[in-house]
Amino acid sequence: MVDGILNYLWLVPALPLLGVIVNSVIALFVERPLLLAEEDHGAPSHGPSTRGTSAPMGEGHGASHAAPAYRKLVAFVGPAVVGASFVVSLLAVLALAARPAHDRLFVQVLFPWIQAGTFFAPAAFQLDPLSSVMILVVTGVGFLIHVYSVGYMSHEKAFARYFIYLNLFTFAMLLLVLGSNFLLMFVGWEGVGLCSYLLIGYWYEKKSAADAGKKAFIVNRVGDFGFLVAVFLIFWTFGTVEYTEVFGKIPGLAASGVLTTGIATAITLLLFVGAVGKSAQIPLYVWLPDAMEGPTPVSALIHAATMVTAGVYMVARTNALYLLAPTSMAVVAVVGAATALFSATIGITQNDIKRVLAYSTVSQLGYMFLACGVGAFTAGIFHLMTHAFFKALLFLGSGSVIHALSGEQDMRKMGSLRKHLPITFTTMFIATLAISGIPGLSGFFSKDEILWKSFSSGHGHVGLWLVGTAAAGITAFYMFRLVFLTFFGDSRMEPEVEKHVHESPYSMTVPLMLLAVLSVAGGWIGIPHVLGGYNYFEEWLAPVFAHGAEGAAHGGAHASAALEVLLMAGSVGVALCGIGLAWYLYRVRTEVPKEIADRVPGLYDLVLNKYYVDEIYDVAIVRKIVNGSIWLWEAFDTAFLDGIVNGIAALVKGAGERTRRLQTGVVGNYAFSLLLGAVILVGFLLWS
Amino acid sequence: MMDPSAYLLLSGILFGIGVAGVVVRKNVLIILMSVEIMLNAVNVAFIAVGSHLGDVTGSVFAFMVMTVAAAEAAVGLAILIAIFRLKETIDITELSVLKW
Repeated sequence: MVDGILNYLWLVPALPLLGVIVNSVIALFVERPLLLAEEDHGAPSHGPSTRGTSAPMGEGHGASHAAPAYRKLVAFVGPAVVGASFVVSLLAVLALAARPAHDRLFVQVLFPWIQAGTFFAPAAFQLDPLSSVMILVVTGVGFLIHVYSVGYMSHEKAFARYFIYLNLFTFAMLLLVLGSNFLLMFVGWEGVGLCSYLLIGYWYEKKSAADAGKKAFIVNRVGDFGFLVAVFLIFWTFGTVEYTEVFGKIPGLAASGVLTTGIATAITLLLFVGAVGKSAQIPLYVWLPDAMEGPTPVSALIHAATMVTAGVYMVARTNALYLLAPTSMAVVAVVGAATALFSATIGITQNDIKRVLAYSTVSQLGYMFLACGVGAFTAGIFHLMTHAFFKALLFLGSGSVIHALSGEQDMRKMGSLRKHLPITFTTMFIATLAISGIPGLSGFFSKDEILWKSFSSGHGHVGLWLVGTAAAGITAFYMFRLVFLTFFGDSRMEPEVEKHVHESPYSMTVPLMLLAVLSVAGGWIGIPHVLGGYNYFEEWLAPVFAHGAEGAAHGGAHASAALEVLLMAGSVGVALCGIGLAWYLYRVRTEVPKEIADRVPGLYDLVLNKYYVDEIYDVAIVRKIVNGSIWLWEAFDTAFLDGIVNGIAALVKGAGERTRRLQTGVVGNYAFSLLLGAVILVGFLLWS
Repeated sequence: MMDPSAYLLLSGILFGIGVAGVVVRKNVLIILMSVEIMLNAVNVAFIAVGSHLGDVTGSVFAFMVMTVAAAEAAVGLAILIAIFRLKETIDITELSVLKW
């Protein structure tokens, strides 16, 4: 009876797709003709080209008041389909939860998709504890961000286009997490990449936005290549790409020696290359900070809460393979820890509010990979979920700030906004507490579980724990720096901007409040046993990570409750130190940061310029490829290939040039050659 | 049953003269006349061989050739006059517009 709802699982991705179709029709037949007509009349408007910044202006007036009917329809359809999808997801997950723990796997085959020889891939959706967490995050947080977008984007001309992309993204992301095989995951993987590109470049008239979109797409392509090769390798090894079949075959193939550690390492490392690209880890993280050129709700949805966590989901999904390859686990853990620390340090010096959050996202994704790398997949997914809540909230909050300041993103030109934006301030402050790991909030539980596992797990290491803890302290520092610079102190706003400061409309503040509730309470489903709680989250995911739990238990031998509490206290202490330092530097002695920067100009410039990684990549890779392409173009294509073609033409032309002399035009010569021909013919006939 | 070899020799000589005229001379009128000589050289050969074989077909063909020659002469002279009106010359070396 309750189980029957699972048969409607296909509705979860289908509803956003319906939104895409409806919005596309509106965009093509209503919005586009209107925009083109406006352009023809040269009507001055508040378009993005005149603004030059990535946030809407004005104070809730303008387009939203005199909104044409079609905009109201888009504003309804866009969020409504995702909301409906969330309701279906919730019901489906509840139906799944009603089953006994060992039976929580539901595969719905829609139709056979690709069939060639022994290769078979159906279009099928798989709902299990892992994908149910993902669909709830994607549709739940996604719905709130869609609602927020209605307010945030209300002054945009290309309103329907925005919601097409956003709905399409939701569809692709759901395909990614619900697909029952690697190929379907890859389709979703590419789909979200495309939507990310389209949304980063939403203000395509702005060169920086168009460039950032291209950069994201190209950098992701490097990772996608690794992913695709891994899928080939999986098919080659297992003869199938279905999750259930692949993971079911692992014990047998490992025992018979077909699946060696070498193959498992190759597959998992290649998969990780894909994850590194999509989830912005070292060395492919460079696209994510630039992706902040997109509208802020997009940064919240795609570049914080959902898409960038796809890599973590993928690693967690293939946990059984990773556990066979200790080398890959170590690589994942080290890359994750290194990224967490590295990007956290960059976050300290950035002045653009969204860029601080971008580096923070890269850093937090590093935590998730650190968790996966030490075998604590549950902790990784737990952090993925809590991070989706508080980071989406931080981005939406920063969007609200930017909205209030008519597009200003530089924190040096903010300050004292606490009084003007009470709701934004309160919700963002809660999220900051959560990300800093203050006990009781969601971020504390997930982050400490990761740190604890990185210390205690059989795959863990003290070094990883130290790096993770250091990154946690830096995170607390730069997040409170952001809060102090933005909401406290004296106003450093431009006088013109200050006049227009206003709290955002309800469509934006209500999602903020809901996310704030989730940021606080989201962690309560995974309170560790040592604190007297019950880790429902771990129990829920246990069927998916049966092997992972084993790995963690191995190391559990030298772990004790007292040590766990001690480490917990230690990391909270580090976080409080970070907060205290931020308080001292940005509230008490505000002149000190500048003095420090002046004292070590080399180091400061190094970090401010993001360790010159973009420049190094430019010299080491981009230029080389450009020069190589120029060589191919000039030497190979123009000189060699065109040379062959033109050479043949020149040869024929030269031959014609010479032989045309035979045509003298003098009739006598023709007569003579006629005679000659006749003589030769006769001679031939006579003497042969 | 006469021996045709002398006639054939005459025919060959006449044909050679005609060919030489066509190839060497520059006056279109002379060339046309040389063509006539060649045609008639062939006529001689036809009749001689026809008489040798006792077959009238050779003589019939000679009439046929004469008819063609008459038509050819008419058309050729007409073209000649047209060329002269256009170029005011009948020197064949001047008429070289056929070349590329």
